[in-house]
Amino acid sequence: MKIVVCMKPVPSSEARINIASDGRSIDPTDVEMVANPYDEYAVEEALRIKEARGEGEVIVLTVAAEAARSEIRKCLAMGVDRGVIVQDPALLGGDGIGTARVLAAVIRELEPELVLCGKLSIDVESDVVGIALAEYLDWPHVSLATKIEWPDGKMAKVQREIEGGAEIVEVSLPAVVTAEKGLNEPRYASLKGIMAAKRKPIEAVTPSVDAGQVGAAGAGVEIVAMNPPPARGGGKKFEGEIEEVVPQVVELLKSEAKIL
Amino acid sequence: MMTNLDLTEEQQAIRDTVRRYAREKIAPRAAELDASAEFPRETVKELAEMGIFGIGFPEDEGGMGGDTLSYILAVEELSRVDGSHGITLAAHCSLGVWPIYAFGTPEQKAKYMPKICAGEYLSSFGLTEPEAGSDAGGTRTTAVLDGDQWVINGSKQFITNATHAGVLVITARTDLEAKRSHGISAFLLETDAPGFSLGKKEDKLGLRASDTRALVFEDCRIPKDALLGEEGHGFPIFMKTLDGGRISIAALALGIGQGALDEAATYSMERKQFGRRICDFQMIQTYLADMHTELTAARHLTYHAARLKDAGRRHVIESAMAKYFASTAAMKATCLAIQIHGGYGYTKDYPVERYFRDAKLCEIGEGTSEIQRIVIARELLKMHAD
Ligand SMILES: Cc1cc2nc3c(=O)[nH]c(=O)nc-3n(C[C@H](O)[C@H](O)[C@H](O)COP(=O)(O)OP(=O)(O)OC[C@H]3O[C@@H](n4cnc5c(N)ncnc54)[C@H](O)[C@@H]3O)c2cc1C
Repeated sequence: MKIVVCMKPVPSSEARINIASDGRSIDPTDVEMVANPYDEYAVEEALRIKEARGEGEVIVLTVAAEAARSEIRKCLAMGVDRGVIVQDPALLGGDGIGTARVLAAVIRELEPELVLCGKLSIDVESDVVGIALAEYLDWPHVSLATKIEWPDGKMAKVQREIEGGAEIVEVSLPAVVTAEKGLNEPRYASLKGIMAAKRKPIEAVTPSVDAGQVGAAGAGVEIVAMNPPPARGGGKKFEGEIEEVVPQVVELLKSEAKIL
Repeated sequence: MMTNLDLTEEQQAIRDTVRRYAREKIAPRAAELDASAEFPRETVKELAEMGIFGIGFPEDEGGMGGDTLSYILAVEELSRVDGSHGITLAAHCSLGVWPIYAFGTPEQKAKYMPKICAGEYLSSFGLTEPEAGSDAGGTRTTAVLDGDQWVINGSKQFITNATHAGVLVITARTDLEAKRSHGISAFLLETDAPGFSLGKKEDKLGLRASDTRALVFEDCRIPKDALLGEEGHGFPIFMKTLDGGRISIAALALGIGQGALDEAATYSMERKQFGRRICDFQMIQTYLADMHTELTAARHLTYHAARLKDAGRRHVIESAMAKYFASTAAMKATCLAIQIHGGYGYTKDYPVERYFRDAKLCEIGEGTSEIQRIVIARELLKMHAD
């Protein structure tokens, strides 16, 4: 089976984020980038599907600047066969919808049977790319997958998280599935994999898309300003016997914090 | 925190992979392994599967095709959470595998390299003897040719990984008449050789989950072709081996010191006294600044020595300086880390006392700090004489 995994490089969750001087973007200086963690679940799942079948190809696809090659290379080190990158500046810097259009254009050329994405990227968390991509491809999608099984090898039986439970959906291919935490535990790249990654191809492609619908020019969403989160206020300390303190806390959670 | 080290993408990937593995799989067990002095078979097996035991050796010899610096980064990252894992890797690669790689015949290499690089079993280096420590030229173990076999008698002391080794590189005196270092040869000894046995297992101050034990040879017989390198050339073989090995002990020290600094910095931001975080006190800041500065300097010395080795350049003085400086820095950093933790640092509830005990070995193994300064002075005087 040919599988495409969409991967976005994002700042590591441990990175210290500074806002750039334009006030609307992240200053990339010294920010450690990683493959979006949800995309790593997607990569892992793709590799497992290929391994279980003993055949197939896993391609990682990224829409990002040249520097993203190092995150692609990390996926190659995990066992992905090759990378495809869209790095044409005219196609970057858009919103999730624009990215989905670009991805769809590339995926139409690659003709995979399955596309796996993370459920969201931890940087902007807009949760749209995977699903919008399925729309543009006119393929079915299943979001928030926590388990993917192949009862007859053809239909995918996908378990997805819903509020208060799990839903099981069967989907025919080609399809887009987005990965939720818990789908699997991504492997460590072996050192052999890291060395082999050097020799695997990463191809830059420029898909033909309507320039007015993608990139910064086509973005429907404009980031007006970025502000650091407000500094955390001081905590409240309750002292005394548990029997007395607990009701006080519960009361304040209701009346003051309004979270109960 | 550790930027501008000019690492290649591949070196960074190796460092990051080992770092993540160490944090997730080794760190949670390090205290328990230290307490039980149990060799971490499971994680060693997983590391072997990752390919770490052959990291710095060419692919066509069974290795991973990485360079020395990649290997050094792996030792550093393991040691940053657990020195026992660090020394296990360091002793295997630098002391056990490297001499076979550098001095073995094609047949010897074909026989052992794929297995030891894959970590099927470990490889150890038996140089030190009860009466020959710093003075390794004083080796007393003997090897006498009897027909087509060498007959070995004597013993070795403090040999890392010996319990888990399938093959040992050992030194023995083959010319009983020759003066001191001249009559020594190196051999490859398989651990199922008749007359070979493991001796006492040491109960150590630190690096307790690493394996350190004595070797005993009683009319131990090995084939004639088990000679490593030329007869009588054992001394230069082990001197060259130690030149590389010292870089790995520097990395061990560096990792342990960095681990202690990581702990101390975090703790200092959490602990409050006099209504302030202790990291707001200038004296605590002085400690942290000293630790960071010295460890950074140690890192540069260590990576520099590794890069020289990768470039095939002489690195005798650089290795000795890196080891000496890094082990001193680690000893100081681990000591200060306890100080910053106050009474809690003196207990087993925090890992810094383990780092402190582990760091001490770096001032002893593969040549004590005194011996390093002898090497450094000898080299620098040579440069000045030229
Ligand atoms: C945990 C551990 C692992 C080890 N692993 C290995 C291994 O895998 N393989 C192996 O072969 N060995 C190994 N060793 C042995 C190690 O290399 C020796 O312990 C070390 O070289 C010191 O030798 P020694 O212990 O006999 O001390 P000694 O040589 O007796 O030294 C005692 C003291 O005298 C000082 N001293 C000695 N000579 C001089 C001098 N000329 N000038 C000034 N001071 C001097 C020393 O610096 C030291 O302070 C290991 C040791 C330990 C503790």
